[in-house]
Amino acid sequence: MSLTQAVRDKLDIPDLVTGGKSLKDVTVDIAKPNEDFPTKLWWNTFLLVLTITLIDVAIIGYLFYEGLYLLGINNPVGWGFFVVNFVFWIGIGHAGTLISAVLYLFRQGWRTGINRAAEAMTIFAVLVAASNLILHVGRPWLGFWLFPYPNERGPLWVNFRSPLIWDTFAVSTYLSISMVFWYLGLIPDLATLRDRATETWRKNLYNILAFGWVGSARAWSHLEIVSMILAALSTPLVLSVHTIVSFDFAVSILPGWHTTIFPPYFVAGAIFSGFAMVVTLMVIAREVFNLKNYITMKHLDNMNKIMMVTGLIVGLAYGTEFFIAWYSGNEYEGFAFWNRAFGPYGWAYFIMISCNVLSPQVFWFRKLRYNIPVMFVASLVVNVGMWFERFVIMMTLNRDFLPSSWAMYTPTLFDYAMLIGTFGIFFTLFLLWCRIMPVIAIAEVKTVMPQKEGAHH
Amino acid sequence: MYLPKLEQFHKYKEMDEGVLGIFDTPEAIMHAAEKTKEKDYIGFDCILPYPVHGIDEAMGTPRSGLPWITFFAGIFGCTIGILFQYLTHAHDWPLNISGKSLNAWFAYVPIIFELTVFSAGIYTVAALCFLSGIPKATRRILHPDLTSHKFGLWIPKSAKGYNESDVVSFVKSLGGSEVTVVKPENQK
Repeated sequence: MSLTQAVRDKLDIPDLVTGGKSLKDVTVDIAKPNEDFPTKLWWNTFLLVLTITLIDVAIIGYLFYEGLYLLGINNPVGWGFFVVNFVFWIGIGHAGTLISAVLYLFRQGWRTGINRAAEAMTIFAVLVAASNLILHVGRPWLGFWLFPYPNERGPLWVNFRSPLIWDTFAVSTYLSISMVFWYLGLIPDLATLRDRATETWRKNLYNILAFGWVGSARAWSHLEIVSMILAALSTPLVLSVHTIVSFDFAVSILPGWHTTIFPPYFVAGAIFSGFAMVVTLMVIAREVFNLKNYITMKHLDNMNKIMMVTGLIVGLAYGTEFFIAWYSGNEYEGFAFWNRAFGPYGWAYFIMISCNVLSPQVFWFRKLRYNIPVMFVASLVVNVGMWFERFVIMMTLNRDFLPSSWAMYTPTLFDYAMLIGTFGIFFTLFLLWCRIMPVIAIAEVKTVMPQKEGAHH
Repeated sequence: MYLPKLEQFHKYKEMDEGVLGIFDTPEAIMHAAEKTKEKDYIGFDCILPYPVHGIDEAMGTPRSGLPWITFFAGIFGCTIGILFQYLTHAHDWPLNISGKSLNAWFAYVPIIFELTVFSAGIYTVAALCFLSGIPKATRRILHPDLTSHKFGLWIPKSAKGYNESDVVSFVKSLGGSEVTVVKPENQK
């Protein structure tokens, strides 16, 4: 037994891979879902979400043939579900980067079990968010106007001082860096699948996907450094993206939006909802793909703790907003918050509070942190709550300075279809990905196993 | 002063002709790498299923120089971000908005930051691909277990003092469980 193992045993630190697995077992176990024929459960779920996606695509087509009047948006509530969905999904994406980048920098070995799936979640969530961003402009075929490019309309440039342009740059940078980070990590694992493949078509597919990786120590040494660099770049990036998303609101002069608390509050909310989504997905994945030795209760416990902490931060932010609205003595600010809690959308506010602030409190108890049904329900509840948080923020628009311009926002069937559609797209992509690529980082898990001991000098 | 050295940008070399020894544990490959370094077979390589820590020192390969690429690419992206926004807003298409300065650079910060990160990340990865010899779809796979649970020691024909029988017996003496001589003609 190595010294490190002895220390771990003494301190009662649980193993990150349980079940006494060898290096070969790890490869076999994790590659199994990619190599077997999909189960009936997978097919049924996939067909369900694919149907939702196809219906959504048809509805989007109709919506743009007819025009945005089909939606519930009006004046003053010009930002409807599209922006709620955008902020919600981009927030979901953040946990993936947080797990892969921030926990990497802090040398958290337990991230290896969950980082791959979390990164994939990031990519798909950001894609869904970006599609909402493009759709909300109303004429999505002109979406490329958001990018600065030399054009024939005279010296006409985008306005770099506009939060919408900041969003464009932030989201596209985030998407590209996340994709590159995710794919670089995947290359060695795809090479593993390539070398295990027996059928020719499978071998050819993975041969292309694996980029011709052989696992040379020289290449590994560069790859390790680059993972570190990308982690170091993504960490401020993840903070900047949601900060910039919050600027969409905070740089306006609307009471309730024009606050300096928005950037940290949004970032905490993003991490909160993202971790909830990771827990939801991991609880399902470890069950369906039989990965309980790799995604252990310890992993879930850690994530539940993070959820609880970020839930408390979000709760503090809600309280601070109210306190400042009262303490500043600004009448309009005060009204905006009174209206949030006791106005016509008060029900949404109380859904938000009970889901986001109260429900994560169950994780104070170790027994409940280790209870799968409890954490599954709590993670779903948190996601609902975080969606409502964005809804509540958006509904600030319904009563602004002039009572004569007040109006209610009633979502139409099209709004709801778009919302359900985003989940359809996300889960379709995620399920397809689970079939083709390993859900756990094979190479990275091997680096935290006891077998790698002795490799140290 | 810490400056980049050329050997920090060590490049992956194709494995066409040479001797491959297969080892079962990370300890064995570490030991083998150290011995091979002492033997001075320049240009040898190890093939690993996961990054075994300490193998770089054992092999004598210097730390990767890629952070330098990140640094300069970041500066490049930052400069582009500043210049692009300044030139478009103050020169090519100046707009007087409430008498504010045309060069209201505070508002440029988010995009400068994003372009810095984007450029630093993408150029570093491009450099990594170049140095690691990827993507290449038609690459010879020496042994399928090397990406799963076995560790390979590769001594190419181009190594100084390469003599096939000597190298084979040397790798066997290190405890290689399977030693094969790889030739271009027996490529599958």
